[in-house]
Order: sequence, then structure tokens, then C-alpha cells
Amino acid sequence: MNEALLEVKDLTVKYVTDLETVHAVNRISFSLGRGQTIGLVGETGAGKTTTALSIMRLLPERTGKVTGGEIRFAGQDLLAMPEHEMQAIRGEKIAMIFQDPMTSLNPVMTVGDQIAEALDLHNDQGRSREQIQERVDEVLSMVGIPPQRKSEYPHQFSGGMKQRVVIAIALACEPELLIADEPTTALDVTIQAQVISMIRELRDRLQTAMIMITHDLGIVAQTCDNVAVMYAGALIEIGSAEDIFLGGDHHPYTVGLFGSIPNLRSKAKRLTPIPGLMPDPTHLPEGCSFSPRCPHATEQCRTAPPAVYTRGSHRICCHLFADREGWKEDA
Amino acid sequence: MGETATVLREEHIEFKKPNQLKEIWRRLKKDKLAMFGLIVILLIIVMAVCANFAADYEAVIKLNTKIRLQPPSTEHLFGTDSYGRDIFARCLYGARMSLAIGFFSAVLATVCGSLIGAMTGYIGGRLDSIIMRFLDIVSAIPSTLLALAVVAAMGSGVMKLCLALSFTAIPGFVRIVRSAVLGIADQEYIEACRAGGTSTWRILTRHILPNAIGPVIVQGTMEVSTMIRTIATLSFLGLGINPPTPEWGALISEAKEFLRTCPSMMLFPAGMLCLTAFSISVFGDGLRDALDPRLKS
Repeated sequence: MNEALLEVKDLTVKYVTDLETVHAVNRISFSLGRGQTIGLVGETGAGKTTTALSIMRLLPERTGKVTGGEIRFAGQDLLAMPEHEMQAIRGEKIAMIFQDPMTSLNPVMTVGDQIAEALDLHNDQGRSREQIQERVDEVLSMVGIPPQRKSEYPHQFSGGMKQRVVIAIALACEPELLIADEPTTALDVTIQAQVISMIRELRDRLQTAMIMITHDLGIVAQTCDNVAVMYAGALIEIGSAEDIFLGGDHHPYTVGLFGSIPNLRSKAKRLTPIPGLMPDPTHLPEGCSFSPRCPHATEQCRTAPPAVYTRGSHRICCHLFADREGWKEDA
Repeated sequence: MGETATVLREEHIEFKKPNQLKEIWRRLKKDKLAMFGLIVILLIIVMAVCANFAADYEAVIKLNTKIRLQPPSTEHLFGTDSYGRDIFARCLYGARMSLAIGFFSAVLATVCGSLIGAMTGYIGGRLDSIIMRFLDIVSAIPSTLLALAVVAAMGSGVMKLCLALSFTAIPGFVRIVRSAVLGIADQEYIEACRAGGTSTWRILTRHILPNAIGPVIVQGTMEVSTMIRTIATLSFLGLGINPPTPEWGALISEAKEFLRTCPSMMLFPAGMLCLTAFSISVFGDGLRDALDPRLKS
């Protein structure tokens, strides 16, 4: 394990309006080493994007509040940082790729200008105008777009090409951390594969650490070193890709999640979805938030929040592991 | 480079780039009324610019009571006024003044209005509430009265007049730009810009305003017509341009006593004023339709 690039500790985020308080993220902790990739997996509304936005400090200003915990990036406390310093980090040290490439490019600027802007904003090396244009050509060909097309507007590109441009903008400044928020959800399946393999290849080449937010377990298996499963704003299971995909011990939710994927090898007539819905984040259950849907739930699950149990790199937050062999309660 | 980089390498098709401006111009050309407006505006601008070729400024100022209040003739196209000055020449020089003030104050209002509008729309919060409530108060006062008050407070003079005029136009502008910006600010590319570390000012000027330019251009054009009418009103009331400097409103004001004896003195400057205001309005309408093809099929 090399030195941690990003460390999130007990992060708690709430969305507060005068009507209600949404407990979006509840005391989640994870860390990410340089050049490593962590997958954030979970249903819609589990708090994955909120976690990413908290790291970028881009939560909606008036409603989103970080009420506890800390986020340390390369030793610095991001939550305590003044806004102008944060602006220098965004895009240069931490870059983000958004879900929908159709809307994440400015329709009235050429793609070349948009890449050049990112370079111009974080111009530490003092590149001249020509050098910036050279770099634009370079990153465009890096993502497989002919540099001649840099003078075209986003509407002249297809969805997959736009996502390549978005990736080019994100990687133009060679960030240390890339947050990819469901980068392929809006794309066709064939394009998805291309984009994912490109992201993976560039990550390996540039040695960028990455947070891959997705609900596609296939993508996680392809790209991630570590996997964190989120449910109702909490991290219920985290471990290395081997722990999650090959290990036998899992949080009941993770088991359910895997049961919901069609498997080509086994002959199942029906998928086994997890019954029920995610709890209302304004009124989370008292005990384990998964207890209303959990097939193994006991009285204890409904009343007391579970502790975290660990075995090696694998951590699970569930009462079932209280006296299972090899699992220790985390202090 | 690897395999992914080669995926899109194979061919580069030259796209025929549909030029935005050309496309707008094509749509604008189809609108007969707007084209009429544009031609009239251009004619009046050319006439105003070339005023000194048609008549000496001397002829506009110098009194010659021997030929006062003459009806239109070949020598004096629009006739003469109560001091024997050529009305045609006065109208031309008046056009200079009216158009210059109209355009300048409209541009001033456009720039200030869109910046304030973009700021209130994008930054929001308390700033938004304060500015919008202030503008509510400003727009509650009739614009002519407001301009009168500003002129009375600051004193007369062409520059001060422009400031007063644009001040009255800013609230409407802010509202239009603000509503456009509110829609744009929610777009994901703005969030992407923030995620890229772009500063608020730069997002406003480089990303939000260019996307809101359509309504800004249209409102700006319409505002020129409003400004020309307001300046005429002020001059008519004796608070705009001081005599003997010719200005349409002032010309109309001078003519009011002679309406019965010499109607041409009133008719021509008033006609010029109406024609200009009308042309700019229809052109603005046409421009709006041309900029947004969804409005008209």
C-alpha cells in the first residue's frame, strides 16, 4: 500500500431545506493510493455522486452541507481550504468527468477552445499560446480524435466523441485524481466498452488515481483495484476487487446486488432482485439501514446500528459478522 | 497510442460547416417586414452620417427670418421653420444626435444590464434578492419620470443624458438576462466548468453570457428604439438636448406652436422619429425569430 492520495474520514453530508433534512452521506471512510482506482457502487440515490461532489467541494451551496468528517487530499484538508485555493485544485489536481456528455460541453465554444481553456486556467508551466494549441492537439489525439476537428462545435460530435472530448478536458492538465461519475451511463453499449478501455489505458499511462462511480458491476470488475459498496448514504462494504468479486463473505446487500445481474453461465429463468426500495433518506431506519429489505434481519438489526467488521483489507458493516470466524470488530 | 486511439483515426470527413451567421441571415432575409426595417435603419444611418454633405451645419443654426415657415419646396425639401432654417437639414443633423444617443445608451444599458442580470441569475442568494428588489423599486417609477429625475439630479449634457436613459432601461434588461441565465446555470457544462476550476467571473463572461446572447441582442435592438423615443420625449419637455442643437424631440417641441400655420414643421421630424422607431422594432422582432428558429416554422 503506497501513500494515500485521498483520505475520506467519517464524511457526513446533509441536504437541508426548510421542509426536511436529507441524510445523503453518513459517516463514510475510505482511502485511495496514488495511481489506484476505487469503484463506488450502489443504487441511484445511494450517495455516490454526493460523495464525489463533496470531494470537489461543489455541493449545492445553499442546501448541501458537510456536517462532519474530513477529506484529505495529498495531506491537505480540502474542507478547510479557502475557495480560491480550491479553484486551483479543481481541474488541475482533481478532475471530474460527468455523466452526460451531451450536456457537459458548452454548445457555443469549439471543443479546441474548451480544452485550451482548461490548460489556460492551470497554466503553471507558463505555456505560450502555441504551446497550448500543441497540447490541445496532443490530448485530442490521445483520446482518439483527429486534432483537425478541434475547431468544430460539440453538436458536430456524436455522444461517444463528446465523452472523449470531456475526458480530454479532464486529463489535459494531468490530474492526480480523476473522478468519473457514471462516465458511460449515457452511452451505447458498444461505445461504453471503447470509452472504458480508453479511460483504463490512459489511467495506466498517466498514473492517475481514479474514483469510478457506477452502478455497473462489470465496469468495476474491469477497472477497479478496490470496491466500495454504498447503500442509503453509508459504506456497507469495502475491499479489494478480489474480496468483493471472489471472496465468499459479503454484506447481504452486496449479495443481493450480485443476484440482480444476469449471468450468462447459470441457467436462471428469473433474476433475483432485492425486494423493496431504498429507505427514505429523510427518515433513515434506526438500526441498519438495509434491515427492512434484508433476508437475515434480526431484532438487533432493527434497533442497533451495526459496527464495522474487518478481515484483512475487507470491511463489512453488518451484525451478521459479529461472531463469524476470522472477522474482527473494528475499533 | 494503443488500439483505442486508432479507432477514430481512419478517416477525417470534411464537414460542410453551417455558418451560424449565414443561417441567421438566411432566415432574416425571408422576413419582409424585418428587411424593410433594416433597409430604413441603414438609410437613416447613412443620411445621418452624410448630413454634412447635404447641408452645412451653418444652415441648421443660422437664423434667416425672411424665409420663415415656408412649406416644402424644391429649394427646401421639408420647408423651413419659424426662424427660417431648413427643416430637412435640421432633421438630418437631428438624426445624428438621436441615433447617437439612442445607440450609445442602448449599448450602455445592454452591457450593464446583462452583466448584472448574469450575476444575479448565476450567483443568486442575497445578492439576487437585494438587486432584484432595488430594480423592482426602480421599475415601479415611470421611465420618463425616472429619466427626468436623473437629469434633474445630474444636470443636462449629452453624456449625462445617456446615463439617465440607460439607467431607466437596465431593470427590464436584467430581468430578461436573468431568466435566460437561470436556465443556463443549471446545465451540466456549467458544473463541469466549476469542476475544472474556472472562476465565477470567467464562467459568467465566457460560458453563460455567450449562451444567453440571443435575447440580449434582441432586447438591445428594441432598446435603441425605446431610447430614441425617450430622448425625444425629454427634449420635447425641454430637458434633453438644448436648442439650437437639432434633435428630433426638440424639433417637434419647437413646431408645436406652429402646428396650424405650418404643419410641415411638425410632420417631418415626427415622421422621421416614428419611422425610425417602427423600423427598429420590426427589425428587432425579425431578429428574434431569426435567432430562434423554434419560434417560427
